[in-house]
Amino acid sequence: MATVTNPSTASTGSLTAKALREATFTAVMTFLMFVLFVGLKTDQNMRNELILVPRWGLLAIFVIIAFVGRFAMVAWLQPWRTARKAAKDAAPAQTTDAGFVKRNFSKLAILALVLYPPIILSLFGAQGSLKYIDNFGIQILIYVMLAWGLNIVVGLAGLLDLGYVAFYAVGAYSYALLSINFGFSFWILLPLAGILSAFWGIILGFPVLRLKGDYLAIVTLAFGEIIRLVLINWQDVTQGTFGISGIPKITLFGIPFDASPHGFAKIFNLPMSSAYYKVFLFYLILLLCLLTAFVTIRLRRLPIGRAWEALREDEIACRSLGINTVTTKLTAFAIGAMFGGFAGSFFAARQGFVSPESFVFLESAVILSIVVLGGMGSLTGIAIAAIAMVGGTELLREMDFLKHIFGPDFTPELYRMLIFGLAMITMMLVRPRGFVGSREPTAFLFERKNVSGSFTKEGHG
Amino acid sequence: MEYFIQQLINGLTLGSIYGLIAIGYTMVYGIIGMINFAHGDIFMLGGFAGLIVYLLIMTVFGGAPIAVALLCMLIVAMAATSLWNWSIERVAYRPLRGSFRLAPLITAIGVSIALSNFIQVTQGPRNKPIPQMVNSVYTIEGISISLKQIVIVIITVALLAAFWYIVEKTPLGRAQRATEQDRKMAALLGIDVDRTISITFVMGAALAAVAGTMFLMYYGVIVFTDGFVPGVKAFTAAVLGGIGSLPGAVIGGLLIGLIESLWSAYFTIAYKDVATFAILAFVLIFKPSGLLGRPEVEKV
Repeated sequence: MATVTNPSTASTGSLTAKALREATFTAVMTFLMFVLFVGLKTDQNMRNELILVPRWGLLAIFVIIAFVGRFAMVAWLQPWRTARKAAKDAAPAQTTDAGFVKRNFSKLAILALVLYPPIILSLFGAQGSLKYIDNFGIQILIYVMLAWGLNIVVGLAGLLDLGYVAFYAVGAYSYALLSINFGFSFWILLPLAGILSAFWGIILGFPVLRLKGDYLAIVTLAFGEIIRLVLINWQDVTQGTFGISGIPKITLFGIPFDASPHGFAKIFNLPMSSAYYKVFLFYLILLLCLLTAFVTIRLRRLPIGRAWEALREDEIACRSLGINTVTTKLTAFAIGAMFGGFAGSFFAARQGFVSPESFVFLESAVILSIVVLGGMGSLTGIAIAAIAMVGGTELLREMDFLKHIFGPDFTPELYRMLIFGLAMITMMLVRPRGFVGSREPTAFLFERKNVSGSFTKEGHG
Repeated sequence: MEYFIQQLINGLTLGSIYGLIAIGYTMVYGIIGMINFAHGDIFMLGGFAGLIVYLLIMTVFGGAPIAVALLCMLIVAMAATSLWNWSIERVAYRPLRGSFRLAPLITAIGVSIALSNFIQVTQGPRNKPIPQMVNSVYTIEGISISLKQIVIVIITVALLAAFWYIVEKTPLGRAQRATEQDRKMAALLGIDVDRTISITFVMGAALAAVAGTMFLMYYGVIVFTDGFVPGVKAFTAAVLGGIGSLPGAVIGGLLIGLIESLWSAYFTIAYKDVATFAILAFVLIFKPSGLLGRPEVEKV
């Protein structure tokens, strides 16, 4: 017995040594990587010349964080994770019945969303709640709708589209131009914008029918950029980078939301407030979102939805079975684009102003990342991803307390997109399959089994 | 005629820069089949590294002969940018290798967003102008060639020669080509595939850093958003030349540079980026294998 060394102490010792080694390596790498970009800042002096301002303290903080972080990861996090995984594998698989919340998740979520404006209104009052309804509610719901629309193209039909924002732009400019030049109301233009976007979806979809995967992604990116560049350069119609302002507001079937005698507040004898319009917009976008979800769910049961999913899984098999891939792809593009157009016209009406600035490639990337992070094809997952990504970055605007920590010059907004990018990487590394990795099959034999995400291969089409 | 030749020279200079970036795209695509979306931002990072080294030399060390300064800028920018790309590959792409295809594309977009905003946060959102580094201009028969254009073309040619030697003649290049053809087989034959892929990223980044530094020298200004448009143009160049093909990337880069400068000279400058994107779409739709690429054969 005496000859047996204690394995646990030996491994602990070597683990600490290993962690120290790796942490030192990471710290050195961090130093080398950040010495130019963080350690030195280019700044303009009084004579408008560039000068360098050293920031060695900040650099030291970065290096120390890297060292401690790596050490903690190797020494504690990784052994803990392996131990947990081993424990999980050893334990018998438990099949727990889904709880009440889990079973009725979507119904409860819709109920919560419907109750959201009155609750917020009663908590914060008419003025205080604007921020929560507008920045959080409406903003997130627009992205939910866009992501659900893109989900039809990417998640169901498996066609990777990096230029989705083009259809959003078509919808927004259709509403802006037609309402200003011809005075049509929102309720006429909403379907019209959808039809126009769908039309553009077909036009742009037609040439790319033969392309697959990454190539398809790049061509759609090119189309998206071309539409944006045309919007910038076709100044007679779109007023270029200045954008179009003064877009009419939406009316509630002819009742405008303003201070006039026929306005909403006067008719219902309510005190004048801009909150009504926001609440109305909130319910409108909620309705549009639910429409998108409803159409998606129903379409998946139709032959065309089945064809989309078949196309995603294997295009050649699909063709061998006699599915017309041309119409299948084009309908996916058209319907996805249509919802983008709806969202676009809503966006234009809500902002009252559109400019090409709103339709940059970054927006497409954000929408696509929401779809992928949500676990493609899963509506719930996508909604959660939209709340996490958009709501999370909106939240950063609100963090005034950070100013007390980092000093008054600290502006959290600047870090919004940086954190967004880092979050995208981290989430992809942690859950490459998205939040909801498995999904229920639409077509099944006898019993409905969940398909693990690793057995479906999306993104190939 | 003189005007045409003038535009030709400008186009070649621009094309050299695009060609250098395009090599990074084409190599990474060839070896792991992934569009490295962050490559344009790696190029921008290289430009910023060059800028900071330039300022260091000018303000802290009190200036140096222009050739020495340029050499220092190039070397430090190459080293720093390679380090970044190596770390990025290690952290963001390698764990996802073998995962489904969209995953690395999404992380690459994330890296691209993170990199450009990192520079915005640490270096500020404004344009960074530097004084002209090299400003002599030679005029031959009415055609003016500036010294910086000559420098750019010479550096590009020298780098391409060195690069071609590495890929064609050294064991490292052989390992790269083997990994590109069949990763599993290469691993069975004793090639360290992970290391080869890392080196590919490092080489691509080094070339992009040179392109970034020369971009800074040529235009005299750089800003944190400068990665996207040159990145897409270089990608177009890689596709035009046939993605996966190294000479194709260079030829594609030169063609894109020429088309861009001739388009701006004879048509409207407003739509010059539209022209590039339209070429990208046309090539991919009608000849996806590009000028020198091998057509992809689909096996069932």
